Amino acid sequence: MHMKRTPLYDAHIKHNASIVNFNGWEMPIQYEGIIAEHNAVRQSVGIFDICHMGVIEITGKDALFFCQYIITNDVSKISDGKAIYSPVCNERGGTVDDVLLYRYNTEKFRFVVNAANIEKDYDWLSLQKGDYKVEIKNLSANLGILAVQGPNTMPLFDSLFGRAVQSLPYYGFVDIDIDNQPVQISRTGYTGEVGFELYFKREHARTYWDLLYDKGKKYGIKPIGLGARDTLRLEMAYSLYGHELTDNISPLQAGLAWTIAFNKDTFIGKEALLKEKEAGVTQKLIAFKMTDRSIPRAGNAIKNMGKKIGFVSSGTFSPSLRIGIGLGYVDSHYAVRNSQITIEARGRDSIAKIVKPPFYEKKVKQRRKD
Amino acid sequence: MNTPAELKYMKSHECVKVEGANARCGITDYAQNELTDVVFVELPPVGKVVVASEQAAVIESVKTAVDVYTPVSGKIVEVNSELENDPGLINRDPYGQGWIFVVEMTKTDELDGLMPSDDYAKMIKNKA
Repeated sequence: MHMKRTPLYDAHIKHNASIVNFNGWEMPIQYEGIIAEHNAVRQSVGIFDICHMGVIEITGKDALFFCQYIITNDVSKISDGKAIYSPVCNERGGTVDDVLLYRYNTEKFRFVVNAANIEKDYDWLSLQKGDYKVEIKNLSANLGILAVQGPNTMPLFDSLFGRAVQSLPYYGFVDIDIDNQPVQISRTGYTGEVGFELYFKREHARTYWDLLYDKGKKYGIKPIGLGARDTLRLEMAYSLYGHELTDNISPLQAGLAWTIAFNKDTFIGKEALLKEKEAGVTQKLIAFKMTDRSIPRAGNAIKNMGKKIGFVSSGTFSPSLRIGIGLGYVDSHYAVRNSQITIEARGRDSIAKIVKPPFYEKKVKQRRKD
Repeated sequence: MNTPAELKYMKSHECVKVEGANARCGITDYAQNELTDVVFVELPPVGKVVVASEQAAVIESVKTAVDVYTPVSGKIVEVNSELENDPGLINRDPYGQGWIFVVEMTKTDELDGLMPSDDYAKMIKNKA
């Protein structure tokens, strides 16, 4: 397979990155180390190259209706200049992808999609076009994306871009000018921290990376690899496509009922999802913490009284909690909070407890003894 | 990647430093970087008899878990209990404070079957 590189590949090498193959992309798994990078995002600020992700634009008279038909969530609920998180389902209620949908106006939207699904999503959207008066454009090769996340993002962005950015509401976005070039900044992210994502012409990626990195030094900025991106999202119990969501897993099973707008007239997967909701899901996503030092890994069996009841979809060591945490699917009647399950890792059983997500919550108040 | 000349190496990225009749064993700099941050090490009990190329310890990192093989046969005479409190020693100083266990060798000729540093350095270079 021909490996793809983002425009920031040289910057990663300069920062001593270890490079891995991520869905055909040569991406940094870590620079200094996953735990140090994770802590930088929780305590100061980190910068992520996410240029491998895809952007697909929908324009035209029917853009709003088309997007409403494609996604399960309700994009009529949000105003222009805001984004919404949503699954995209197939007719069986399985998940084609989970996306951010940016609403510019009723005739212009952009899907931000997972790197592994760019072609699949583009084909899916094209297949559904039918008589909708829309134009579908894959902008992925033309745009670059950076994420800046962590508590020091605010002072950093305040110093660089001023009030316009600071007053952005959660999931809001705005266009700003950097050296007479338009850059779209949205208050979105995948870490549970305050942060922004920047969209711009792909050829400017290195300029903005260097700008943010240089100005961010004084705020403790670090480049963050995919390793920490995964531990950060897992501490928040955010789904990752290919793990918690697949073509055969519905958003109902994944605990994403809040993203399904059954009150919409029609959308792909509505009938199947309604049926599943009424019958009750057969398997359900749970979040669990290990009670000993073992670390769950994707694919491990989940057991109850020696009987297999499910599987781990994602597992890791949590740098914030200093224990093993995971997400997994179990037969629904075992998905009971605070109950004990067994994780079989490397031929050995370890006890875990089902907990309420997220695993990590910002301690705003004085740390209590618990 | 650092591959000290005085050590001998296994294809599976363990290394040994010979100290008289004893072999001080650990994993290589390349291995620790591939593993990502080590968060837990399961050490063998002192006194355990081990056979070359068989599992002697387990390392859990943020990303994965791996068996650590013993490069030589013999008896475990020492383990690095510092790793219980600070497993990151393996990442920070794989050839020094990050050693894992010491084997009192019963078959010193097994050392001849291990790779010298040049060969190991070539092997990991070809992987990159």
